[in-house]
Amino acid sequence: MSAAYPPPQQQYTSPIPLRRANLGDALASEWTKIRSVRSTLWTLGVMIVLMTGVGLFSAMVVAAVDAEDGMGGDPVLVLGFTGVLLGSLCVVTLGVLTITSEYGTGMIRTTLTACPSRARVLTAKAVVFFLLALTVTTATAALVAVLQTAIVGGAPASGEEWLRATVGAGLFVALLGLLSLGVGALVRHSAGAITVMVGIILLPLVAAMFMSYESMYEVREFLFQYSIPSLLVAVYADSGLLAEGGPHGWTPLAVLAGVTAVVLAGAYLALDRRDV
Amino acid sequence: MIEAVGLTKRYGAKTAVYNLSFQVRPGTVTGFLGPNGSGKSTTMRMILGLDRPTSGQVTIGGHPYRQLPNAPRQVGALLDAKAVHGGRSARSHLLSLAQLAGIPARRVDEVLGVVGLQSVAKKRSKGFSLGMGQRLGIAAALLGDPQVLLFDEPVNGLDPEGILWVRNLMKALAAEGRTVFVSSHLMSEMALTAEHLIVIGRGQLMADMSVKDFISANSADFARVRTPETEPAQREKLLSVLAEAGGQVLSEPDGALRVTGLPLPRISDLAHGADVRLWELSPHQASLEEAYMRLTQGAVDYRSTDDQKAGLMQQPPPGHLPPPQQPVIPEVPQQGWYAPPPPGQNPYADGPGRPPAAAPPAPGTPAQAPAAGPPLPQAPPPPQVQPAPQTPPQPAAAPADFRKNEDPR
Repeated sequence: MSAAYPPPQQQYTSPIPLRRANLGDALASEWTKIRSVRSTLWTLGVMIVLMTGVGLFSAMVVAAVDAEDGMGGDPVLVLGFTGVLLGSLCVVTLGVLTITSEYGTGMIRTTLTACPSRARVLTAKAVVFFLLALTVTTATAALVAVLQTAIVGGAPASGEEWLRATVGAGLFVALLGLLSLGVGALVRHSAGAITVMVGIILLPLVAAMFMSYESMYEVREFLFQYSIPSLLVAVYADSGLLAEGGPHGWTPLAVLAGVTAVVLAGAYLALDRRDV
Repeated sequence: MIEAVGLTKRYGAKTAVYNLSFQVRPGTVTGFLGPNGSGKSTTMRMILGLDRPTSGQVTIGGHPYRQLPNAPRQVGALLDAKAVHGGRSARSHLLSLAQLAGIPARRVDEVLGVVGLQSVAKKRSKGFSLGMGQRLGIAAALLGDPQVLLFDEPVNGLDPEGILWVRNLMKALAAEGRTVFVSSHLMSEMALTAEHLIVIGRGQLMADMSVKDFISANSADFARVRTPETEPAQREKLLSVLAEAGGQVLSEPDGALRVTGLPLPRISDLAHGADVRLWELSPHQASLEEAYMRLTQGAVDYRSTDDQKAGLMQQPPPGHLPPPQQPVIPEVPQQGWYAPPPPGQNPYADGPGRPPAAAPPAPGTPAQAPAAGPPLPQAPPPPQVQPAPQTPPQPAAAPADFRKNEDPR
């Protein structure tokens, strides 16, 4: 049946110099992608507004109530917690959208045709998103912390406390975003993945609040110690605030990093194995 | 070169592609045809390593896609015109792909020029029409200046100028020695663009041959013979003479005869010998579309039925009889629901050579024959002087015309 083929011709060769693409190219590509959509601007913009707005508001309330001695010796920096928790929801959305928007539009097929290595694509996405989220969150957290300290006064914080309230909070939120990116790669659906993430963040703490039975005491304690908001607040504190004896200081970051690593590993595996 | 060997893909219980083996060679445009749901896109995705074959394999230049060194520089693909983040500008979209593939950024502006999107390069692709989306997709495929190009339905949504452009582009790319693999269900377009065809139906290979071979293998050429309508005796006489000489004769609804198995000069001689005058003796060559329809008849998954509007229709006025039953002509599949064969491709398909519409024309389809007044369907065709066989046969309009009258209800 193949008799009708014309005689074999010279194969086409492109005049454009051939260069093997690498991770650096993928990083540049993902940076172009993330800065060329409005959702990035919106989610990060809303996050900055929320963090500074809520941070300033809580600082002014505290300053008005305890006008005498600030927070009465308590560290001021923990005031940043509420804003960061709210702002983290924006980063979660952005993290999910970074990958699910490609699935939603079908862009993922174009991307994986241009770069058949799934691992490279996911790594580039994770690195670019993580660095962006870390930078923006840390900068905003630092700004808010400075403003709050100026408004409230109170006990001076140590250098390490400052580091945790800025870089620590930034790392925590960026890790949470990375977790969302992993969940997004597994769920492949924007609304579904965002719902899952909101559930992961809020549900354990809410559930723990209603566990009043004695038999559930241990579960309740565990949830109070390890729910995402508890972990975040523990970043600021020298000891667990909501529950005694939980992880605090830098440990919550390690816990979250472990969970994120597991989910991301699953995402790598799924992306490699599944049909697009 | 693309080579598939025993390619099979199952989604649960459904087998999308079964035991597909073919080769796509460089230097020609290879058309990839099949009815909706026949597995064209699945095959394309497997070629690109997006879907894993259940069994079998497909390679490009000897490598599976995911193991290709510099894949984007060797293979370019347009899978879906809307596979673009709508919030991103055309230029950013292409730039991100170029960066991912390690292609210099100035190439982006080049391909934007090639597809004619320079003026909207900064616009978000959300607002693009389908045709502009296709152009953007083609630009992405051309970005790496690759050796192998895959296009899934590239002319969908393009205007006539765009279709012509794509056709010439495909041919030019193939002429440069590239492998061009194009799927389409626009037969007329394929007839003009492709030289080689791979046809699948229900996920299985149905044909792998050149367009010319495909047409002659899957359609019977025939001669259309018309005797004077005023003298039915002559028709009977010719019928018996032709049957005697070994020709197969089928009657068309308008009284013309469709003769296979006899060359045209022989028919003329026979008629002359029997003293029968002929009003028409014309060769009919099937178009690619007819050949395709004939081949894939059994492999169509989604078949439309007549819209009966049962219960919604008024009773026809008394005396208004249904149209006479037309004899079924099995030789050539129904035509008229699809775009007519391209002009120039089949000089005999137009005018008298066109088979009459055996089915009601779908809404929006131009009627096959111009309505010549509303003659009562059961009335004998009004005797008309037909000076030359170039005029379309008028009585053929009767059934189509009748249904058309009913349509507005």
